[in-house]
Amino acid sequence: MMNQAGGSTSGSGDAAPAPRRNSKRPKYSRFTQQELPACKPILTPQWVISVFTLIGVIFIPIGVASLLASNKVVEIVDRYETECVPKNMTNDKVAYIRNAAIDKTCTRTLKVPKDMDQPIYVYYQLDNFYQNHRRYVKSRNDAQLKDAGKANETDSCDPEKTTADGSPIVPCGLIAWSLFNDTYRFTLGNKNLSVNKKNISWKSDRNHKFGKDVYPKNFQNGTLIGGAKLDPNKSLSEQEDLIVWMRTAALPTFRKLYGRIEVDLKENDTITVTLENNYNTYSFNGKKKLVLSTASWLGGKNDFLGIAYLTVGGSCFFLATAFTVIYLVKPRKLGDPSYLSWNRNPSGR
Amino acid sequence: MARGDRRRRERLRWSKLYSFNCFRPGAQLDAEAPQSLGGPGFSRIVHCNQSQIHRKKPLNYPTNYISTTKYNIITFLPKALFEQFRRVANIYFLLAAILSLTPVTPFTPLSMIAPLVFVVGMSMLKEALEDWRRFIQDMKVNRRKVNVHSEAGQFCYKHWLKIRVGDVVKVEKDQFFPADLLLLSSSYDDGICYVETMNLDGETNLKVKRSLEVTLPLDEDEAFKDFTATIRCEDPNPNLYTFVGNLEYDRQVFALDPNQILLRDSKLRNTSYVYGVVIFTGHHSKVMQNATESPSKRSNIEKKMDRVIYFLFSILVLISLISSIGFGVKTKYGMPHWWYLQPEDDPTNLYDPKKPVVSGIFHLVTALILYGYLIPISLYVSIEVVKVLQAMFINNDLHMYDEDTGNPAQARTSNLNEELGQVDTILSDKTGTLTCNQMDFLKCSIAGVSYGLVSSEVEMAAAKQMASEASGDPDRSSTGQWETSGHRPSEIELECGISSTFEKARKPTIKGFSFEDDRLMKGNWMKEPNASTILLFFRILGLCHTAIPELNEKTGDFSYEAESPDEAAFLVAAREFGFEFCKRTQSSVFIRERYSSSEDPVEREFKILNLLEFSSKRKRMSVVVRDESGQLLLLCKGADSIIFERLSKNGKMFESDTTKHLNEYGEAGLRTLALAYRVLQESEYAAWNAEFVKAKTTIGGDREGQLEHVSDLIEKELILVGATAVEDKLQKGVPQCIDKLAQAGLKIWVLTGDKIETAINIGFACSLLRQGMRQIRLSTVDLIAQDVKKAAKENLLMQITNASQMVKLEKDPDAAFALIIDGKTLTYALEDDMKNLFLNLAVDCASVICCRVSPKQKALVTRLVKEGTGKTTLAIGDGANDVGMIQEADIGVGISGVEGMQAVMASDFSISQFRFLERLLLVHGHWCYKRIAQMICYFFYKNIAFGLTIFYFEAFTGFSGQSVYDDWYMLLFNVILTSLPVISLGVFEQDVSSEVCLQFPALYQQGPRNLFFDWYRIFGWMGNGLYSSLVIYFLNISIFYDHAFRAGGQTADMAAVGTTMFTCIIWAVNVQIALTMSHFTWIQHLFVWGSIMTWYLFLLAYGMSSPLISKNAYQILLEALGPAPIYWASTLIVTAACNIPYLAHISYQRACNPLDHHVIQEIKYYKKDVEDQHMWKREKTKARQETKIGFTARVDAKIKQLRGKLHRKIPSLNNPTVT
Repeated sequence: MMNQAGGSTSGSGDAAPAPRRNSKRPKYSRFTQQELPACKPILTPQWVISVFTLIGVIFIPIGVASLLASNKVVEIVDRYETECVPKNMTNDKVAYIRNAAIDKTCTRTLKVPKDMDQPIYVYYQLDNFYQNHRRYVKSRNDAQLKDAGKANETDSCDPEKTTADGSPIVPCGLIAWSLFNDTYRFTLGNKNLSVNKKNISWKSDRNHKFGKDVYPKNFQNGTLIGGAKLDPNKSLSEQEDLIVWMRTAALPTFRKLYGRIEVDLKENDTITVTLENNYNTYSFNGKKKLVLSTASWLGGKNDFLGIAYLTVGGSCFFLATAFTVIYLVKPRKLGDPSYLSWNRNPSGR
Repeated sequence: MARGDRRRRERLRWSKLYSFNCFRPGAQLDAEAPQSLGGPGFSRIVHCNQSQIHRKKPLNYPTNYISTTKYNIITFLPKALFEQFRRVANIYFLLAAILSLTPVTPFTPLSMIAPLVFVVGMSMLKEALEDWRRFIQDMKVNRRKVNVHSEAGQFCYKHWLKIRVGDVVKVEKDQFFPADLLLLSSSYDDGICYVETMNLDGETNLKVKRSLEVTLPLDEDEAFKDFTATIRCEDPNPNLYTFVGNLEYDRQVFALDPNQILLRDSKLRNTSYVYGVVIFTGHHSKVMQNATESPSKRSNIEKKMDRVIYFLFSILVLISLISSIGFGVKTKYGMPHWWYLQPEDDPTNLYDPKKPVVSGIFHLVTALILYGYLIPISLYVSIEVVKVLQAMFINNDLHMYDEDTGNPAQARTSNLNEELGQVDTILSDKTGTLTCNQMDFLKCSIAGVSYGLVSSEVEMAAAKQMASEASGDPDRSSTGQWETSGHRPSEIELECGISSTFEKARKPTIKGFSFEDDRLMKGNWMKEPNASTILLFFRILGLCHTAIPELNEKTGDFSYEAESPDEAAFLVAAREFGFEFCKRTQSSVFIRERYSSSEDPVEREFKILNLLEFSSKRKRMSVVVRDESGQLLLLCKGADSIIFERLSKNGKMFESDTTKHLNEYGEAGLRTLALAYRVLQESEYAAWNAEFVKAKTTIGGDREGQLEHVSDLIEKELILVGATAVEDKLQKGVPQCIDKLAQAGLKIWVLTGDKIETAINIGFACSLLRQGMRQIRLSTVDLIAQDVKKAAKENLLMQITNASQMVKLEKDPDAAFALIIDGKTLTYALEDDMKNLFLNLAVDCASVICCRVSPKQKALVTRLVKEGTGKTTLAIGDGANDVGMIQEADIGVGISGVEGMQAVMASDFSISQFRFLERLLLVHGHWCYKRIAQMICYFFYKNIAFGLTIFYFEAFTGFSGQSVYDDWYMLLFNVILTSLPVISLGVFEQDVSSEVCLQFPALYQQGPRNLFFDWYRIFGWMGNGLYSSLVIYFLNISIFYDHAFRAGGQTADMAAVGTTMFTCIIWAVNVQIALTMSHFTWIQHLFVWGSIMTWYLFLLAYGMSSPLISKNAYQILLEALGPAPIYWASTLIVTAACNIPYLAHISYQRACNPLDHHVIQEIKYYKKDVEDQHMWKREKTKARQETKIGFTARVDAKIKQLRGKLHRKIPSLNNPTVT
């Protein structure tokens, strides 16, 4: 009579059936068991000494080669911004440069210290000029430069976006507006040294960044005149000075390529430079330099790289020696168990 | 009808035995009437069998649905987002991302928002996955089914979650109670039932619950057709052992007490069914009320990392301030002259020289965003990724997969992986964690002769070591062999605790019986000199108990339902000796005796006249029996100390021999009981029985005391028969695991709900205690004083002070102390004014055992250790009673065993066997700690090296906030270009292999000592970052200063310099990580060198893209930098210059100050471990922290002892067990 069926059904259905168990078993793979084959290099004395020696052996020749390359480069640097100011205006250079009525022509003579093989690169160097200022760097619009149809895109070109009546400036922005406008003419004796201003910019810039059908529009038409004016009949891709200028420099002191002189110069040649000192660096006491330089495979004249290589290489030799001494003076057999902590102080802690 | 009658009778018999203890006349309302029912805290009203009432107000109690998830679908987004933005760094990045939409930003908004979304998204995804798993677990519980009364006496199965307050449920044998129930009736006529509360308090013995007499007739389904009653009771509370309420039934009021309450998550045992009314459902049930919100735990490393981040943040603010002041100054004094910037025309005020302060403040915001690279945004997400992968390795470790239960180890939260490598104290539960709660009869001593050849592991190992040392060959040292021969063979050996000759014989094991001695088996005992005593011994085993036999109809064997597992072991032993207990009636026990294997068994009846129950206070139990010849016997078993003091003069014949054996057994970790008897005279018995009956029927609180007193009167003048030794079967591999953990320098505390004796036995069995250890027992004495509590506290204080003095004054360095404390005393010891004294004492002791502790106390002890010592604690347990402790500890480990899931649900890691803890800590913990520590340090290095170059450059731009790098470079730096190598460091790095980790437990100490994430190291890495940033920036600037960088005469613009510098950074940090790693699989190679390759590939692709995207970086690699030797030359020198100091540092450290893992790496590298196995083994045995607990320590102690014996010319090497 009693409900026996109810009493006999056992309720715990927790016992897992066998197949479910198997599915929980992690699968073996060397990866999941963290048993992948591995190389476990350790810093044996041989390794340490040879690594340091090797670095030294590699670095010192590089350093020597760099120094040689740098020494081969001949460089003429002429600072002219002070000398080109007329004597009577030295007290107020800013007024001098702002006064468009004054003739800015200035003549400099340079002496060639050593033979210079062509091509000789002509640079202008500015100092204390923050081409890397955030306000300056941002102030351009690449779309506008590339595409003739996008002349109206003047985003981020503040404050040189549009003219007073609202039509867009091409190229817009502070960078273009403040384009460097000193010019140089060189004569060697009475022979004109022509400056080749072609291909001084990156080819990719000319071909892809600055449009061949984009022409300057409303440029330097405002009340505030910044730097150079552009020929409205030349497309931007041909305005290489602009292209070079638009590559903002990393530091407040920078050189930019002006052109190439494709004539060899002899030692003690005297070059006369006729320059137009138009660009205002006087407001911020910036220096202006004219640089003539040859180039080696490493670029311009700079001993730093060579010295750095020699220093690092030398210190590696020093370290190699130091470690040799350490290993000799205080030798430790590698894998010597007596260095294990429990052997070093047997008291335990 | 006849059948029903028989069943009824049988039920009566079953329960009668137990009724002895819970006999209670009628329901009494008068004395214990609950005072304040209906008042505050006691307002619950339950209308039985009318659950629909509870669906609406005012009695709208929740359903039985439980949820342990943190989120649900609606709350997930806000809550998880809130969790994410509780991290200071994330708030900072959020602000930065918002500000990047304004003109102050130095970067494009995308480059700020994308990483943040990525980082937060990843973390939230992880949270969601983890919560989903919890949800699935909950649903499993919610979907369990139970038989519920629907209507008109019909019961049907419903899911647990559908159960309502007031429902009548029928729970069947071995089912869990779905909610807190009021017991109405059971399959027994007197309304009792047996309940296993292991999930609640960890106690394994069955508890008896008893229904009210008025509800007894409700024992059939039909009876509930129109059953109504009202229960008024207390509100939901977490107190497991109290219940106040009354039942209004049949127009009468009955008081209810905890005896009638069946708690959720306990299990019905030995009772075929019960009926009950649901009182508390779901989260109102007591077990759920006990569940505390699982706290989100953070590892120590992460907390420290936060401090480092604060430090970096202050640096960030500092350099931002410098830069904004610089900007202000430059704006005020320089800007007016910088005509090319048109400073007059600036509506935004960002560059207005007339308002330098405003500009400066704006710039502060800019700078804070700009230098954000100092704070590694991807650090958190990388750590999350690494931890998930590490957790994956833990989950997939085959060495932590248990074939028996089919459970792999599981890292349930991955937050704490590295914390596993820093554990200092382990707090362990006992039952189910250390032991399997199964007893094996192993040895006995009868009439002064010890039987049982199976020796315990300690004896064996000690004997082996002695033998090998005697032969002068330390290579064969047992510990060495045990470790070298891998695990398998030795484990089996130790596990079974038998010498190889018996291995085969033991294989067909009988559960509960591991005895092996031909002198007693197969009737051979008849030939022993003391055969009559042996006979008596077996009879005591067979008679003196409260168990019930159950016939297995298939095999014809009996199994025994006993209150405790050792009783079952005795009965199994008696059966194997030929004294099979086959039947129990109300008054008699029947035993089938078979004196030799050839004979047929004879069934003998023994009349049980009285049963004197076991209690923890009495520590003994007795029965008075009349055998077939009419002789009256009192058979008694109990703790040796108790029995020995009750022996008669002529009963002490074997006392000294037995004592010796008992000591040996105790030493071997066995649980011992002494057996004795007494022949009673009829007249004496009659007189005593009258008193006993009187005492038994006393009404009132003193009944127990009187019974005890009366029992005392007859349990004297005993004659000692012998002693038993039962092995509380440890879980597989527990002693070895404890040994290894102790050698790794971990402290182990055992917290158990069990009796003090049981706990001490287990302490011996798993080598936490050993002979010769000084035991300090703290206890409360029953004092008669005005203020009991105060007196008890004073007394305890005195005990603690004395013990501390003793520990302090101890001169012998080998002396070890063990602290044993019970739950009651612990209540006082945990009070504020005492706890520190107690903790100091406990820390000085080699092992600590807390007995009879409640779940709450477990948690409190854990908190005390955690907060008092400030070190990392790990709690491990298997039952619901361990949940508090698991949640409180820094790391909670749950044993995913057979019973319940509560512990696992609350835990951070779950393993299926205690022994896996060894691998979890020593291997995974060690690795994870080092990986995470190195990874974080490297992160700081990398971001400082990168972030500071931005600062230096900014100083050269008039502090205008311009970055030399392209936005895309910066975006990719953390996300792609440097993330995979560091992740591979965090996931795959292994300083030493897993075998070495296990063989050299001392290596683990690198974690608790925090060698890899101390301030020295953190600042060292930061210094390295600072150095690298200086090298990277100034070398590059000098190399690219103003001259042409190519043979074509072109000078470098910002894009060229920035790209070169960035190339240098990528090389430098990736070479740095390669130097940091000591373990290269193809994955590391791929990631490290691949990252560098990726950079070039990216640069190539970026250069190829439209100049509108790449801007000045258009074609930069192909056209400008690639052909320029100086680009490659500068990469080479910067990379070298950045890493040479670090290389020199690690070379020097290895040469002069090698750490343990360095030396071991070298040994492995030169394969010295193969060539010089002698040395390798020696180091392995030495590589442990000095420890006073654990197997090895015990072997050492044993060796000392044996050596002492040897000197006294008692060579007993070959067979130390049979002496």
